[in-house]
Order: sequence, then structure tokens, then C-alpha cells
Amino acid sequence: MSGNGVQRLKDVEARVMAGERLLAEDGLTLFEVTNLPWLAFLADSVRRRKCPEGQVTYVVGRIINYTNVCWVKCSFCAFYRLPGHQEGYVLSQEEIFQKIQELVNHGGTEVLFQGGLNPALKIDYYEDTFRAIKERFPVHIHGLSPAELIYLAKISHLSLRETLLRLKAAGLGTIPGGGAEILVDEVREHISPLKDTVEEWLDCMRTAHQVGIPSSATMMFGSVETAEQRVEHLLKLRSLQDETKGFTAFVAWNFQPAGTELGGKRASAFDYLRTMAVARLMLDNFDNIQASWLTQGPKVAQIALYYGVNDLGSTIFEERVVSAGGAKFMAAREEIERVIVDAGYIPRVRNTRYEVLV
Amino acid sequence: MEALVARAGLADLYEKVAKGERLSYADGLRLYRASDLTAVGALANVVRERMSGEATYYVRNLHINYTNICNKLCKFCSFYAPPGDPRGYVLTPADIVARLDEYRHQVIREIHMVAGINPKLPYQYYLDIIQAVRAARPEAQIKAFTMIELAQIARAAKKPLTDVLEDLKGAGLACVPGGGAEVFSDRVHEELFRAKLDNEGWFDVARDVHRVGLKSNATMLYGHIETVEEKVKHLLHIRELQDETKGFQCFVPLAFDPARTELDHIPVTTGQQNLREIAVARLLLDNFPHVKAFWIMITPQVAQLALWYGADDVDGTVSHYEITHALGTTSHHQVLSHEDLLDLISEAGRVPVERDALYNVMVEAPQADNAQASPQRPVNLEVLPPRC
Repeated sequence: MSGNGVQRLKDVEARVMAGERLLAEDGLTLFEVTNLPWLAFLADSVRRRKCPEGQVTYVVGRIINYTNVCWVKCSFCAFYRLPGHQEGYVLSQEEIFQKIQELVNHGGTEVLFQGGLNPALKIDYYEDTFRAIKERFPVHIHGLSPAELIYLAKISHLSLRETLLRLKAAGLGTIPGGGAEILVDEVREHISPLKDTVEEWLDCMRTAHQVGIPSSATMMFGSVETAEQRVEHLLKLRSLQDETKGFTAFVAWNFQPAGTELGGKRASAFDYLRTMAVARLMLDNFDNIQASWLTQGPKVAQIALYYGVNDLGSTIFEERVVSAGGAKFMAAREEIERVIVDAGYIPRVRNTRYEVLV
Repeated sequence: MEALVARAGLADLYEKVAKGERLSYADGLRLYRASDLTAVGALANVVRERMSGEATYYVRNLHINYTNICNKLCKFCSFYAPPGDPRGYVLTPADIVARLDEYRHQVIREIHMVAGINPKLPYQYYLDIIQAVRAARPEAQIKAFTMIELAQIARAAKKPLTDVLEDLKGAGLACVPGGGAEVFSDRVHEELFRAKLDNEGWFDVARDVHRVGLKSNATMLYGHIETVEEKVKHLLHIRELQDETKGFQCFVPLAFDPARTELDHIPVTTGQQNLREIAVARLLLDNFPHVKAFWIMITPQVAQLALWYGADDVDGTVSHYEITHALGTTSHHQVLSHEDLLDLISEAGRVPVERDALYNVMVEAPQADNAQASPQRPVNLEVLPPRC
């Protein structure tokens, strides 16, 4: 970086240390930085301000992929089956209850309820399912990303607000911020042309926050977007957060090209850490930054704790083995706690609203 | 930087590092115990950039593990088969030539041969395999035999190690990998690898290797039962020998993988540990030109990050490595292509520099079928593009 560039970095550092808000051009500057220790120092300074106790939280939960039927055909997805495909499924209530029972048996509190856009499932399906879950189990339902909600409102002939109010009444607690990908329409047109637009995604989150349903926010980076578009994404989230205060946390993961139509290369660990650090620095109104254990693996997720991350998400990373036996499920919790302690932090179990439980 | 090291309580170490002063045993303990890995990494990065600038060395190499039969029965190893075990194998010189032939269309700069301690192999076998490799791939440098194997070869030869080393050099040996160091602690030696060459024995072999003019690496196996004190002593012991011989090229921290060993109750090393070992080694081993992030042991992802925590070498393409293949963990991808390696290094903002086994910088790729490729003179790092 030229002398001028070094001055820009010094300016950014001074502003971070003074607790001032960073601008779009600062975000761009940060995405050009290669000096990882410096980025870690800056992001960690903010993290220490936000959580001075040196805690790293996680939630005991599991994901329930209630259906894999979806017609949206996102080019980065390897999970979906089109309606009518023989490998398509919808889980029965019994199957869902069994999964939740296993979770509850191991002290779990969060059910992440997530699937595809299945034209056969209207609002009564979700209301019935959520009510049945809440009647039986003391769990928090974290479910339905904006794409699912928008679609559900449409096929149920309801407004989004009404849909959200009814789901909330049935037991929906919070919404995962999935499907944000990159909140820039030209990127979305390329990678998920049939999915909601930027305005639809943001409106859905705004409405959810207004009716009292908090959500997380996500970013999927490393497909076709530029650094400018990553910054634009972060600023859109920051601006909505100023308005609603409804985002609980920010999570980013890199696009996983294997088995997808889009293909290409996987973003590197270096890119991941830099992106997490920049997110911590730009999203000054977010309390929590979460590392994605599932996509990064335990080694890189742990190192991310030095790059502004203060949460390791959910124990869903061991989803595959939950059914195989409780011992392994407990091993997953032991492993997550070992990694947190090894990095020099105090592990704490939280609920989906990021309140510390244990 | 000042704020970072001050926050971590390491300002005095930064002062020492900035002046190029040697760090002490007590400093080493503090570096292992400092809770802020970022500060330790940043200190290591100061030394890394002073010694190598932006350069990150890699090699197009091939591994040959000529036998898995071993009578040392080390508790941390899942590769060996004890003598008499039906899983045991020995590659003949012809087998090795056939293996090399599979790679005839690829550029190979370094052929790395290590294996078990197989007491049945006669002295001539070792000379034969070196000569066979030399004849099959004359342009590649042969890096072979840990200190433990060299002690065994001398035993088989029934002559002094220095004579044996001269014979091996004559047959085509270019340098020595330096494995088998494990951790220099009598306690750990007794507990985990009591049949193996003892700690002083390792140093005696290394001294002889350097005396006959061969370069070697040095290693440390961490992540099992060793203590922080034992690791610092290990590093300082190696530093002392390097002061004496100047024969070490590179230090390689080796992360223990417990799967399928007698120690499988020990958890796998974390990313934090992997980066810290590299950083502490870079800081304590001020007389070592290079510190390696061996991606096979720590994953390519962590190896990439290590380029900012003290490492200036990522090993290489490592075709056909069997020792961790035998460990069976799926996360250990066995080969990185030349292109993968270049991407891994340049995406981290570093400058890839291709080397041979002796750290001569390769400027142009020779053809694989060329009879002789001469190493080029080292690149002047000042002309390489500066980092952002």
C-alpha cells in the first residue's frame, strides 16, 4: 500500500479506537488489507468493548430440515429437490417430535426450522406444527428465512405482517437471517434469480422486527460479488439495524461450490477471517458476530474468535450424529467448549435471544 | 503494533524482537502462555518479514515411504507395522522406480523418502534406493532419512555414521528431513518412544549430518503429553546446535494426530495451537532461516493463515504421502495442485517463491523430461512486488 494508503489505515485505526462509525470507503480500504494481525487487533478491540467479560457463547440446538422440496433453483444450493422429484420429502409431525425430544433430552433449547419453498405447505401447516411443538416441548422456535416467509404469505393469500403475526401467535420466536446472500440486486439476479429482491428481504426483516420477532443477519460471500458489494451489504444491514434494533447477530459463510451449478472456487480461510473482521468493524450496532463452525471447520472457527467473533452458533454442527446417540451429542458440546477455553475465552450457553443461560 | 503488544503485556518482548535480541527460556514460556495469540503472531510476523520479506516458499515434491515395518512401536504412530505383521511392506528399488514413473509428466523438484526402522534391510538397500531414484529423476533432489533412520543405517553398515553419510551423498542424497526429534524430554521419551534413539542420540546424528556438509531440517512433535517447559527446552536445544553447525534450513512443528494411535483419547490440536507453535518457533529460533507450516498436519486453511504468524514455507504438493494417509482423517487432503498452492499463498497477500530441496529459488520451470535442471540463483526479494 502506498504512503497515502498507510495514512488511510491510520485514520481507520484512529476512528475504530475512538469508537466512531466507519464509512463505506473505510470498508473498502479494510478489504484491501492483507496484514492479518492488524485486522485482528482492530476487530478484537471492538469485540472487547462489546463483550468485556471475555465470553464466547453458543446455543444448544438442532436443525430440522422439514422439507427439501423447493422450486427456486438457486445455483449455489445442493440441498433442494424440485416438486414432484422422487427424493423430495416433508417430515411428519412424529418425525419432528422425535428429533426435538432428542434435543430436549440433552438440554437443548433451540429448534432451527428450515426448509425449501414447498408449494404444498401453506400457513396452517406451520401454525399447526408450531403449536404442536410448543404444547409438547419447552423450546424456542427459530425458523423460516425471509424467502420462505415471503413465499408462505403469497401462497396463503396473506400480507407479510399478518403472516408474521399469526406465526408469532403459534409459537415462532425468532427468524434466521438466511437467504440474505449479498444484498445487491445484480448479484442476486446472477446467483438466485427467482429469490426475493433486496427490498423484499429488508422489508420482511423490518416487518418481523416491528411485530416483535427478532432475527439474525447473514452474508454468503465468495461467489461473484465484489468488495464494494460486500460493503454495500454490510451497510444495508447496519442501516436497518439503526431503524429497528431487531438483529441479534451477524453470521457470514463462504459460498460452498461443491455440487452446485455455479461452481468455482471456495473462498479461502484468509478471506473468511478478513471478512469477519471487517463485519465486526462496520457493524457497530450489532452486539454479536457469529462464526460458522459448520462451513469453516473447528480450526478456522476457533481462530475467528480473535477476529471479532464472540459466538459459535449452534451445536447443529453435529446434526448428522445427533440421532446416532446421546454420547456423541454431548461430545459435540465438550468439543465446542474445549475449543473456546483453548482460545482463552469463557464458554457460556445462551438462548436464541442471546441471553446467557449457564 | 505498540498498542497490541502493550495490551497483551508483551511490550518488552516487542522491544527485544525489534532490536533483534535473542529471546530467553523465560520469554519462551511467556509466549506460550500469553492469552492473546494475535500479539504473539504479530511479533512472529516481524521476524518473518525481516528474514523473508513477503516470500513464501513452496516445492513441487513427491513422498515415498519405502517401508512401514518398524520396531520402535512409538505410541503416537499409526503408520507402522511391527516386524512379522502381515500389513508390513518394503518397496524394492524397482517398485520405487515404478512409483516415480506414475509422475513422469509432472515437474518434481524434491523427492522426500522416510520410513520405519526395519532391521531386516541391509546397508546396500539404502544405497540402491537412492541410486535408483537418482537415475530415474536426475533433476530432482533427494531428501531422505530421519535422524533415527540414519542411526539404523549406520548400524546396518557397521561403520561410522560420517562414512555412511559420505556414501549416501555419493549415491545422490542432497539433504535430510530432520524428523524423529519428537520432543527432547527424557520423560516423554520414556513414555512414548522409549525404543527410539534418545535425545542426545538425535543431536549426535544431526551434528554428523551437518559435519559432512549436508543440510537438514529440525522438527518437534506437539499436541500429545508434552509440557510448555519441555517445548521451550526443545527449541532452545535446537537453537544451540544451530549456533554450532549452521546446518539447519527449516524448522517444522508437527501436529500430533491421535486417530488410530495408542493415544487416541487425546483431542486433535486446535487452530490456536497450530498457529502458536509456528509463532513461538519463529521467535525463539532466531538462527533458523525458515519455519514451515506443513499443511498436511494442520489443514491447508490453517497453513494459509500461518503465513501471518511466522511461517514462510508451506512445504509443497506432497504427492503420495502415506504417513498421515494411514491416519485416515478425511480432512487431510493428500495433494495440493501447483495452482492450489499458488492461490493459497497469493490470496493471503504473500508472494509465492518456488524452491528446490535446498531453498534455491526456481525461476523457470524445467521440463520434466529434461536430463538436468540447474538451480537458479536466488531471487532478489527487493524486486518482488511489495505487499499492500
